[in-house]
Order: sequence, then structure tokens, then C-alpha cells
Amino acid sequence: MAYPEELYYTKDHEWLRVEGDEGTIGITEFASDALGDVVYVELPDVGEKFQQGKPFGSVESVKSVNELFIPISGEIVAINSELVDAPELVNNAPYGQGWMIRVKIGSKTEIDALLTSSEYEDFVAEQSE
Amino acid sequence: MIRKATTHVNQNEGLIFERSQPGRIGYCIPSLDVDEVPIESLLDGALLRDDLPGLPEVSEVDVVRHFTRISTWNFAVDYGMYPLGSCTMKYNPKLNERVSRFEGFAASHPYLPDALAQGNLEVLATLEKCLAEITGLPGVSLQPAAGAQGEMTGLMVIRKRLEARGDARRRVLIPDSAHGTNPASAAICGYEVQTLKSNSQGGIDLDNLRTVVDDGAAALMLTNPSTLGMFEENIEEVCRILHAAGGFVYMDGANMNALVGVTRPGDMGVDVLHLNLHKTFSTPHGGGGPGAGPVAVSEELTPYLPYPRIVAESDPSGRTKWKLDYNLPDSIGRVRAYHGNYSVLVRALCYIYALGPEGLREATETAVLNANYIAHHLKSDYEIAFDGKAMHEVIFSDKRQSKFGVHTLDIGKRLIDYGFHPMTIYFPLVVPGAMMIEPTESEGREELDQFIYAMKAIAREAEENPELVKRAPHSTRIGRLDEAAAARKPVLRWKPVRTAAKG
Repeated sequence: MAYPEELYYTKDHEWLRVEGDEGTIGITEFASDALGDVVYVELPDVGEKFQQGKPFGSVESVKSVNELFIPISGEIVAINSELVDAPELVNNAPYGQGWMIRVKIGSKTEIDALLTSSEYEDFVAEQSE
Repeated sequence: MIRKATTHVNQNEGLIFERSQPGRIGYCIPSLDVDEVPIESLLDGALLRDDLPGLPEVSEVDVVRHFTRISTWNFAVDYGMYPLGSCTMKYNPKLNERVSRFEGFAASHPYLPDALAQGNLEVLATLEKCLAEITGLPGVSLQPAAGAQGEMTGLMVIRKRLEARGDARRRVLIPDSAHGTNPASAAICGYEVQTLKSNSQGGIDLDNLRTVVDDGAAALMLTNPSTLGMFEENIEEVCRILHAAGGFVYMDGANMNALVGVTRPGDMGVDVLHLNLHKTFSTPHGGGGPGAGPVAVSEELTPYLPYPRIVAESDPSGRTKWKLDYNLPDSIGRVRAYHGNYSVLVRALCYIYALGPEGLREATETAVLNANYIAHHLKSDYEIAFDGKAMHEVIFSDKRQSKFGVHTLDIGKRLIDYGFHPMTIYFPLVVPGAMMIEPTESEGREELDQFIYAMKAIAREAEENPELVKRAPHSTRIGRLDEAAAARKPVLRWKPVRTAAKG
């Protein structure tokens, strides 16, 4: 199970990669494993704005439909349209080609509320107990 | 040892469309005894269609064999145990079917004047009375045609009441273990949904509830017993907290099979409840429906129920006369045409009368006993989600089997090889790898023992021969389906191969 060092995490199993004023967001390998084969990803439109922790879309697998919660407030600047035809990217490369949205970050101080890689790894270990 | 299914004739059956042979028919029409007139001479060409639908051209025996064969591939509660948790797949007594087919029920037209439909109206009024007695809530509407429509109706009633009070509220609170229909109904009804996290025992965290309930909370929707199969022991306190803040408590009656005849939601303080007659009251379920989702409400909310309502009047000779009352200014209006799914309502009343009060209570007790019997015998083999608190259903997880690479889906599929319908899998979501088993009161001890034997055998196989379980089922016409491909690239319907050019 991978927990890339440079990412921030939520307890709802989303990750955030910060690059300048923008952030890329997806779900963790743990989440994609737990979901099983992803069959559909519902994403917002570019230009929509979300507050930290609010649902921005949903991910459907053969097991269930789950909401996606945004790790940080911001405006959507890009969505990964490849997921429409290839939702399996979420399973195959959750931290790479399976990314979901890119946002213009509203406030970087919100990052303080997120988990670091090692904190998230501990959280997952606790959950699996 | 695994035996492949036979290569019996019914092992491969195409679609009825694929059986089509040009010109094949199943009837004979006598030859014309008048002159044939070309249709073009009678109708404007623009009115004639040249793209006739591609209906299959088959004979009667083709049709009968096709549908008889595919009917044998189905799994039904008439065929074997159907332990689908949360669904209450109890047996549907044949008496219900017989009574619902009585001519007076089956052939009555819903537009019959009240005077000619006294018996039909009495059936509805009697069922309302029975359901009011069972739920402890005096106002009942039989109109909603399914559980989710009952939820919607109940929430609309709450909203109308709040509006009448000049107190429109924004939020509905829903525990994270709820059925997905609860948040969907609240959202469609215009409310914002606030999710409540369950406590470690799977119940409502009272301290957390006290902090989130304020004068913006219209209602709390909860299922009791919860979808975790546990009775919410703090239900009275939960109701007090909501009522103190001016909100209402909506109870999803999905799990009423654990309560009927033993305790009543109305007595606990619940304001609105819907019942799934197709679960708790033995009317057909699943593909055999349709459903029925009557809603029962407190006295305060009764004026807001859908109209028309059935009322009793006395004629001059003192006899009861039933009539439909449309003059209900506070009502939310109709939610369904006519009187709900009438023949389903007849079946439910038939079930209630056939069992009587003691019988209904015994059915509930047996349902709970059966689930606990399974819980007791399987907890040595499977991880039980919440020990010692099962009501009418029990939840295990695949935690122990996962170590051998065998997951919940595999265990469900393998159960088919042992002649059982799989249990509910991966629900509720708050239990990872959930396997939810609800035997209902329909099963006798021998059937339960066979089920337990099968589950124990699968647990052993998962350890000793995991591949056997992971490739299951082995005894069916078609093996493991690629569910991911089916969902990602669905083929939704058969399409004709276009060969002949159209005229």
C-alpha cells in the first residue's frame, strides 16, 4: 500500500497534491482497494466552487456508490475527463492517471487540517484493526 | 466435490429475438371472404409506417419453451432460502394470492361509486386500522406504492406541518448507516442532508445529536432496528431531543419485522413511519412486486396525509357507510392514482387476519430467534460485526477470510453452489466487507442448519482451497460474471442485425 510522502490526506481517503496555487485531488490506494472495481466517476464542472469537506462528486464501484469530499476549499480548474471512458484508472493509478479534479486553492491555511502521509498511514492501520 | 451442472437442454437459451424465423407464426387466420384492398388506397402514404418493429417471429411452442426454460433459472423464495439481509424476503403465503384474486377485489374498477364499492373501501379502512394498531400511530395513508414513496410522503407531511406552523426548516438528519433512499427522499423533498456518524456500538451518539439538533432541523430519519440489525435503545431519548427542538422523528419501517406485535414506534415517540408491506407483511417482493409503502403518522400530522381519506358515516338505519373524503384542505394532495396498489393491500390484510395478533407477534419472535441462531452458530467461523445484539438480521464480515484472499463477493457466489441465494453483500457501508443475513421467520430449523453447514463449509474452503471459492459459482449455467465490465461497458439491449434493405 502506497502513501506518497508529498501528499496531504483526509480521513475520508482523498489525497491532495499542492503545486503553487493549485491542488490536484484524487482518492487513495486504500480507498480504491476498498471500493473494488470502479465503474463510474461523477465529477463537478470546471468553475464550480466548493468549501472544504463538502461533497464534490461520487465514485461508483461494483460494491457501492460513495461521495467524494473535497480536501480543501477552492474553484475547479480542471477535471480528469479520461475517467469517463476509463474509470479503471482510479484502481490502476490512484495517485497518477486516476486523479480526479484540480482546484485553485482558496486558503492554504486549510492544509493544516489535513493529515500527513505518516498520519494517514496510522489512521488506515487503526481503521483496519 | 464440485459437480458441473448437467448439459440439459435448458443450459443454453438465447433471447426470444434470436429464435425468430422469418414468416414463422403461431396462429392461423381464415382466408379472406372479401376482396383484398391495398392499404395505400385507403390511407395517405404519410400515415403508413415502413419501419415495422422487429418483433420476434416465433410459434407458440417456441414462446412457451423459451419462457419455461428461463423461468427455471430464477431463484425464488418458493425455491429455497433467500437470506437477503435488509430485504425481509419472507415466504408469500398462497392464501394471499387466492384472496386477492376474488372477483370482488380483482375485477372492481377504481372509479366505482362509493356505494358500489363498500366492501373494497372496508378492506382499506380495516387495513388502515390494523396498521395504526400495529404501529401505534393513528393516521394511515395506503397510497404510497413503495417504501421510498412512503418516505417522500412522510417528509412532505412533515414539511407541510412545519410550513403551517410558520417554521420552515432546512435540514434533515440521517445516520450514516441509513438506507440510501433516506437521504435521496430528503434531498428530493428540498432538504439539506446532514449525516450523523454512528457510535462504536452502531447506534446514535446522543451527545453528538444534542449538538446538531437545533431549530433548523426539520426531522431525524432513522431506521429501527438500524440497518446494522440492532435496536436503537435510546430511541425515546432521541425522540425527546428532536421534539424539544420542535423537530420530528421519521422512522424507516424497513426493519419492522423485528418489532411487529412486540413494540410500537408510536409509543416510543416516533411521529412518522412507513411500512414496507412487501417486506413485513408478506406481499410479493423484488421482481414479483409491486410494492406498497403505507405511511403512518401521529395525530398532529394526520390532517396533512394525502387525500382522499376513507371515512365512516352512519346511514339513517345506523349502518356504517364508507366514503372517500376529498375535503381535506391541509392535505399534501394525492401521491398516487386511485387507492395505492390495491391487490397488494388485500394481500397484506389477508396476512394480518390469517396470523392474528398472537401470530404476528410469534412471527416477529421467530424471525429474531432465527437470526440469532445463525449468529450463534457462525460467529466461530466469521467475524461478527456487533456481537450479542442481533435482532432479525445479523452482519458478518470477510475479515478472517480476507487473509486467504477470499472476499465477501466470493463467499456470496459460493453460497449459490450450496443451493442458497447469496446474502446481502457490502451493505451497510459502515461495515467493510459486510455480509448481511436475514433468514426471516419462514425458515424452519432444518433449513437454517443446512445454511449454517454451507457457511461453515465455505469458511473451511476459504482456508484450504481459496481458489475454489474465488472462482465460484461452479454449479450454475454461467460461471462468475465480469461485473466490472458489465457496469463499465453495459450492453443494454439486443439490437437486430440489419441485413435486408428497407423498401
